[in-house]
Amino acid sequence: METPQIDSARIAEVARGALSRGDIERRERVFTVSDLGVSYNGKPALEDVSLDVFRNTVTAFIGPSGCGKSTFIRCFNRMNDLIPGADVAGTVLYHGADLYGRNVDPVEIRRRIGMVFQKPNPFPKSIYDNIAFGPRVLGMKGDLDERVEGALRQAALWDEVKDRLKDGALGLSGGQQQRLCIARALAVEPDVILMDEPASALDPISTTRIEDLMHELKREYTIVIVTHNMQQAARVADMTAFFSVVVAEDGSARRGVLVEYDTTTKIFTTPSDKRTEDYVTGRFG
Amino acid sequence: MVVIEQPALALPRKRIRWGEQLVHLLLFIAAAISVLTTLGIVLSLLMPAIDFFREVSPWEFFTGTTWAPLFLDAHFGVVPLVVGTFVISFWSALVAFPLGVGVAIYLSEYARPRTSAVLKPVLEILAAIPTVVLGYFALTFVTPFLRDIGLSVEIFNVLSASLVLGIMLIPTVATLSEDAMAAVPRDLRDGGYALGADKLQVSTRIVVPAAISGIIAAFVLAFSRAVGETMIVLIAAGQLAQITFDPRETIETMTAFIGATGNGDVPTGSIEYKTIFAVGLTLFLITLVMNLVSIRLVRKYREIYE
Amino acid sequence: MTSVELQQETTRRSRAWKNRLFLGVMLFSMFVAFGTLAVLLVDTIVTGWPAISWQILSSLPSSVPGEAGARPAILATLYLGLIVLVLSVPIGVLTAIYLEEYANRSRWWNKLIEVNIQNLAAVPSIVYGILGLAFIVRGIGVGRVVFAGGLILTLVVLPTVVVASREAIRSVPDSIRQGAFALGATKWQVVWRQVLPAAIPGMATGSILALSRAVGETAPLLMVGAVVYVPFNPTLFGQYTALPVQIYNWTKQPDAEFQTLAAAGAIVLLVIVLSMNAVAIFLRNRYRRQW
Repeated sequence: METPQIDSARIAEVARGALSRGDIERRERVFTVSDLGVSYNGKPALEDVSLDVFRNTVTAFIGPSGCGKSTFIRCFNRMNDLIPGADVAGTVLYHGADLYGRNVDPVEIRRRIGMVFQKPNPFPKSIYDNIAFGPRVLGMKGDLDERVEGALRQAALWDEVKDRLKDGALGLSGGQQQRLCIARALAVEPDVILMDEPASALDPISTTRIEDLMHELKREYTIVIVTHNMQQAARVADMTAFFSVVVAEDGSARRGVLVEYDTTTKIFTTPSDKRTEDYVTGRFG
Repeated sequence: MVVIEQPALALPRKRIRWGEQLVHLLLFIAAAISVLTTLGIVLSLLMPAIDFFREVSPWEFFTGTTWAPLFLDAHFGVVPLVVGTFVISFWSALVAFPLGVGVAIYLSEYARPRTSAVLKPVLEILAAIPTVVLGYFALTFVTPFLRDIGLSVEIFNVLSASLVLGIMLIPTVATLSEDAMAAVPRDLRDGGYALGADKLQVSTRIVVPAAISGIIAAFVLAFSRAVGETMIVLIAAGQLAQITFDPRETIETMTAFIGATGNGDVPTGSIEYKTIFAVGLTLFLITLVMNLVSIRLVRKYREIYE
Repeated sequence: MTSVELQQETTRRSRAWKNRLFLGVMLFSMFVAFGTLAVLLVDTIVTGWPAISWQILSSLPSSVPGEAGARPAILATLYLGLIVLVLSVPIGVLTAIYLEEYANRSRWWNKLIEVNIQNLAAVPSIVYGILGLAFIVRGIGVGRVVFAGGLILTLVVLPTVVVASREAIRSVPDSIRQGAFALGATKWQVVWRQVLPAAIPGMATGSILALSRAVGETAPLLMVGAVVYVPFNPTLFGQYTALPVQIYNWTKQPDAEFQTLAAAGAIVLLVIVLSMNAVAIFLRNRYRRQW
């Protein structure tokens, strides 16, 4: 097998600190996905996905554009429900219970499974009101000021904004805005944090800070990220899932499929599937 | 490998949020008011109009060329009113359309951002002038002015009203056309300039054709507004229902008739009273048809990249 | 010069000519539009100025021009404006929220509502007057009162308020909604706490413009009740005349002194309408958000 064209020193470093597959699989399965498929207005976007997400890990979804990674991650907090024409088939178990069960309240789910988006989307309000929005609408009891400070500290933003909480959030830099969005999600005390390409709109320094944050946060939370940046997955993720696009014979329909799901180390050093190997070595995508 | 089995988590149950349902209902009711309004308009026009057509034959109404409802020897031919309306609208559109498109091309292609930032609000001011003031202006300034420059117009005449109405509609045509032109992608213009075309050629041969659906919509909207306009024609065009195409003459439009009669003391239930609704129905149908035509036209000429 | 160069030179010259002509035509258009506006304003002010005094604002109308005033008309216009504001803004905004945030576009009844509002915007204002005449004045029998006038004017400007509010709601980026939903907010919470506050500047501008149009409307009022001669202050359920109607009535009188009064009334009306427009434009520029 050819040597992959990524920084092998870095990989080795990650591998040293990386959890073994056995360690990971001993943890609780936060999500269990079986035979998941998503279609929009009848056209399949994603098919036959099955994997488990483990507690207090960072799980990364990588793959070329159009392979359904964002569609997939939105299944975990039922954000696809908001898209008219979107249909989700298959099962997603959240701590063993059916996330798409008939009697499950999607609104409540979203408190426990938070989301950070690709382009930072702070509300056009003050920094304080951004963080406080979630606790307020959910009617969370307790001291709001403490919650806001706690969330900002966890997102490593407190020191930078503590003197200007009443200032508008839109005045922050891109990296700060994204950390604000993370703090906003943390304020409602979630269990899982989903991040859809959280650093792709940011500069390298902000990206590094977000990645460091992920390392910190995974101690308390379970993190799932989508990234188009392989190196980022190699740096932060414990488990990595590689998705790819399958084109129909006549070239018309494109669907996403899960190709391989394993520890990051394995995906990047000794992938089992040729498609994975092609992708991580930069031969395509 | 030992997998620790956890008991399934009890997920929060979906509950009916009564507040949300109530909100949805209230909002629907608000939106339904618009449907009720249309229903009201249709009913308020139809019922007395049907009554009217029991006394006056539709044939006489729609084809008769004499309109004299208040005379002892009454005639109920609506044609003079309709002709009057369209004559006014024709002349107004003749004024509003070229000038409006001219203003639009200038603002869109030629003017600097600072100039257009000053001119656009001024256009808005022109559009905001109440029509009664415009009617007053047409009667007391424009008519004497036209006479002074040698045109022997009647005191109440088509020309004064059309000129003022047309100018009132310039902002409508200009803003819609300008929006349409602004929506034309930069690339198309750049392509033209790159080939060596000058501003005139790019504006007239590239931008205007690309924006044509919006410009057509602007025209139809302006024409439709002219048809529905009341005060300017009531004050300045007169109340003499006759068929004439000479813009110096006096005429009466459908709207002027309705306005004048409705304002007067016409006994409820009399035939004169019912004429209001018959003419109103005619007017309503004409504007409805024009609206539908406009939508159809816009759809037909809409380019792919819009 | 070679023949090619000569040809090019001629083309260039004629092109330059054409360009100048075209520019001239456009400037002529601008001149006509703005020039007429200027002439109108100047003429109205000059004609009406002699009658502008405290009297016109404070006196009752009279058949003697020297003593006439427009107080009842001005008051009625303000009342009408208030009624339109109170009725059209909530209904219009709620309708816009429904259509933009709640309505399932594929359902036939929602398509009906949409088409309906588009049609209503194209209906001439006098037809609303006919509606008012049939139902409110003589139908329900409320009579030719201020409240009826306000009701009809509300219906006239309601489509405008709806359209403007929809624009304002649409201009709120979807990412804001997504972020709020992702935190576990319900639909109404998202609308009430995020979308509406962000859309308020646009809605306010649209509402004020609609209101200024309502205040200047004459035709529907001719139909529903503004009578000719009202020598007393208006009440909600009493007879009335509004300023535009008063101007119309004065314009109809042959006496030159009434022409002056009409111009003076026009000045007052213009002041009211144009200051509302100015406020709306100011709001729009001030709160133009850079997302």
